[in-house]
Amino acid sequence: MRAAVIVFPGSNCDRDLAVAFDRAGFSVEMVWHKDAALPQGVDIVGVPGGFSYGDYLRCGAIAAQSPICKAVAEHTERGGYAIGICNGFQVLTETGILPGALLRNAGLKYICRTVGLKVQTSDSAFTEGYNAGDVIDIPIAHHDGNYFADDETLAALKDQDRIAFTYAENPNGSRDDIAGILSHNRRVLGMMPHPERAADSGHGGTDGTALFRALSGVFAPA
Amino acid sequence: MKARVHVMLKNGVLDPQGEAVRHALGAMGFDQVEGVRQGKVIDLELAEGATEADVTAMCEKLLANTVIERFEIELV
Repeated sequence: MRAAVIVFPGSNCDRDLAVAFDRAGFSVEMVWHKDAALPQGVDIVGVPGGFSYGDYLRCGAIAAQSPICKAVAEHTERGGYAIGICNGFQVLTETGILPGALLRNAGLKYICRTVGLKVQTSDSAFTEGYNAGDVIDIPIAHHDGNYFADDETLAALKDQDRIAFTYAENPNGSRDDIAGILSHNRRVLGMMPHPERAADSGHGGTDGTALFRALSGVFAPA
Repeated sequence: MKARVHVMLKNGVLDPQGEAVRHALGAMGFDQVEGVRQGKVIDLELAEGATEADVTAMCEKLLANTVIERFEIELV
């Protein structure tokens, strides 16, 4: 089981994500944004949180044009798995791998606290360790986490059961309280909250562990 | 040649920064302001032979996120 974690200038959750993958049994390779290819045989790509390129232009916009993001897009087009967390979610929307965009928080403030997340679907490799309707405690830490998609896109996300998580109490103005969404084939998850920051008792919560454990179940040798 | 690109949030997309500016103006007594939308202006210095179509491609691929933003190009 192999995971690759992408590192941009300004990433700051890359090591946390690597530790979470490692604890779940993955061997993890860190991949620099200037690399044009992912390591051979990678099962899942993690696009971490942080402030890639200082959030210049728009959050994730410059990172989305980096050489490694072309490789990540090809990986997902081939049916490969990926998870984008916080800035990583912004990068995945900017590349077009996931629909919609993340706007400035409606209250204009950077928000850093643990919030309740409602699991909307357990039908994905990421969420099958939860039950739909579960409320889990996961930290958020973002200034631009206000999910926006047009009506047509929102309707499609709902019809196809692709909303993975919603906020129990909307902190940032996201449409329909959306905190995380899945790709068409359910193999790419983008979410603003940080499951890798709730994956060790030292973090103050371990509700994120089930996500990584479920992923390891998908890739574990039979 | 130079191009000036205006990038604005699309109508219907909430602009909390513009809204905060509107509130501040109102609090200052400028109650004639009914709405504020805030955007970006990007100036490009272009090499000889660059066309408006080139700038349009730049806007679509990077300078604007057309999911949430619209852009206008001014050649100067």
